[in-house]
Amino acid sequence: MTPRVVFPNKVLPYLLVAPQLAITLVFFYWPAGQALYQSMLKEDPFGLKSKFVWFANFEKVLADPAYVNSIKVTAVFSLATALVAMSVALLLAVMAERVVRGKGLYRTLMIWPYAVAPAIAGMLFLFLFNPSIGTLAVLLRKAGIAWDPLLDGTDAMMLVVTAAAWKQISYNFLFFVAGLQAIPKSLIEAAAIDGAGETKRFWTIVFPLLAPTTFFLLVINTTYAFFDTFGIIHAVTGGGPGKATETLVYKVYNDGFVNLILGDSAAQSVILMVIVIALTAIQFRYVERKVHYG
Amino acid sequence: MRFHGFAAGVAATLTLFSTTSAFAATQISWWHAMTGANAEVVDKISKDFNASQSDYEIVPVFKGTYPETLNAGIAAFRAGQSPDIMQVFDVGTGVMMAAEGAIKPVAEVLEGAGLKFDKSQYLPGIVGYYSKPDGTMLSFPYNSSSPILYYNKDIFQKAGLDVNNPPKTWNEVWDAAKKIKASGAAPCGYTSTWLTWIHTENFAAWNNISWATGENGLAGGEVELKVNAPLYVNHFQALADLAKDGTFKYGGRTSEAKQIFLAGECGIFTESSGGLGDIVKSGMNYGIGQLPYDSDAPGAPQNTTPGGASLWVFGGKSDEQYKGVAAFFTYLSKTEVQEYLHQKSGYLPVTLAAYEATKASGFYDKNPGRETPILQMMGKAPTENSKGVRLPNLPQVRDIMNEEYEKMLAGQQTAQQALDNVVQRGNAAIKDAMGN
Repeated sequence: MTPRVVFPNKVLPYLLVAPQLAITLVFFYWPAGQALYQSMLKEDPFGLKSKFVWFANFEKVLADPAYVNSIKVTAVFSLATALVAMSVALLLAVMAERVVRGKGLYRTLMIWPYAVAPAIAGMLFLFLFNPSIGTLAVLLRKAGIAWDPLLDGTDAMMLVVTAAAWKQISYNFLFFVAGLQAIPKSLIEAAAIDGAGETKRFWTIVFPLLAPTTFFLLVINTTYAFFDTFGIIHAVTGGGPGKATETLVYKVYNDGFVNLILGDSAAQSVILMVIVIALTAIQFRYVERKVHYG
Repeated sequence: MRFHGFAAGVAATLTLFSTTSAFAATQISWWHAMTGANAEVVDKISKDFNASQSDYEIVPVFKGTYPETLNAGIAAFRAGQSPDIMQVFDVGTGVMMAAEGAIKPVAEVLEGAGLKFDKSQYLPGIVGYYSKPDGTMLSFPYNSSSPILYYNKDIFQKAGLDVNNPPKTWNEVWDAAKKIKASGAAPCGYTSTWLTWIHTENFAAWNNISWATGENGLAGGEVELKVNAPLYVNHFQALADLAKDGTFKYGGRTSEAKQIFLAGECGIFTESSGGLGDIVKSGMNYGIGQLPYDSDAPGAPQNTTPGGASLWVFGGKSDEQYKGVAAFFTYLSKTEVQEYLHQKSGYLPVTLAAYEATKASGFYDKNPGRETPILQMMGKAPTENSKGVRLPNLPQVRDIMNEEYEKMLAGQQTAQQALDNVVQRGNAAIKDAMGN
């Protein structure tokens, strides 16, 4: 427990936090309140006729099979992205530990993709895997794989997961490297003397000790897959084919800005807001306490 | 001192005078979505108009893609900052028409400025689409296009097809596509952009069959989709069957398929006449034909409907601004301006005079394909099936169609199931949108 801090001045602390509070009010509470209000309106795009409908938009959204579908899509997409991004990053981190020469160079190169904007990452993968002009798509087809993300929902999902995971691997790599460095060498050496092989050492010593980092990354990656992958999906599939890659965030955009159904879109964004708040609460309550940043 | 004061006074008066005269021109803002060569056309027309008179100044502002421009305009209107003129694509027409309180019909703008609006000077197919059921013109057609057929002459030659005779009916397209694929002349026979606009909306107009009740939504009132009629089902089943072995290749929901055709992968291609520029630029040995029709449809081919965009005028502006807008639209209708627009951008001319002038100049003799979309649109007087389609939520309905078509082409459902789903989901969405 941290000791309680007591400020002698009664006014100054409030003055000091006032700018931050003002920013939060203007940039978070105000728009959030507007979204909440909009979610209870039924309105034409221009706002000429509007009707207060209480929770009718929420009822409509939740009863819509397309919304249920996008919950499923989001679950599959987020879990797959988190799993791929984390397992590949862990593998690379463990491998990078064993490199004797040029460790720094490898690590620096591994971090580069993180600086690429989501939409650009999407375009890169679109060009690589476009069924007509993509370099890798041609190789896939030559290998006898019927690759067609334009019509095959599974192919499209694999494509967006790959693009989203590729971008996140760097971030995960960084944390896994830090986590690995925090594991005392003496433990691993002792296990080696006892005759434990490399695989055994990894699963019984390294992996359990990395658990806090892994849990932290799981939350971060899920949040990332939920909310920061709009650009990738927009650039690569646009939610299609059918509705195979329409995630919750993409549906908010599509219903609000393409189909111009503002009430439904606002109701969906309020639901998303609740999910973010829940995820953040979990993160603060459990994760922040357990992760040791060394 | 007194002299100094006097001089300063004169200087101040002069400054004031010169500033007032510089600001005397009423500024008219024009939000548009044109890029590349078409953006140059916008700038050139604006500059020429500004130079031609001194009372008004057109200020063109690029606002992104078509949907982005529409969204920007809607957001600006809600914030009380709407532009004077906004370019809205065909699909957004229904959205704008439903917003009667936000816009001012072009016919009113012109009449308010004391100008007589003579409808007979404009191409009927285009003006009809942008008018209310009672004939009041709501928006000014700026860039109109129509779907046509393109084919790769080299591939036709290799496949043993007649290079001077593009297929005229869909059955001929399917046969030619099969021949291209079977002969190995190209890996795919046929591809198309916009399955919604070309294979559904224009398919209806060109074959003179109903797309939806209430004159395809143009008459106002309740609308129900009719796209699961047998003619549509046969057409889409043929497409789905050809997609199985790759004779037909799907490119995407909008104009992505252009890349497939340009790469020489497919021999036949249907796309907007506005897409001609890129095909010319690629240096391909191409040919142009009319949009194919269905040989089972009596009376086909009828006429095609316009795509592209029109200019809308927002409500609540000053009389002076409306006069400026009217002057600009009058300028836009001038034969030489329309001729420039038509020949430079590949979009259709809006006035008959511009069409005649282009014809007289020998432009079509040198560029034979350029007249095809005009002839398609003007060939016959439009029927209630061929004036175009209109819904307050057409973007959403097109989305539904695209989703069902994609599932059909992936082999998850038959054409009948896909079109039944389109009708059922589409009607529910239309009902919801109209119940506002």
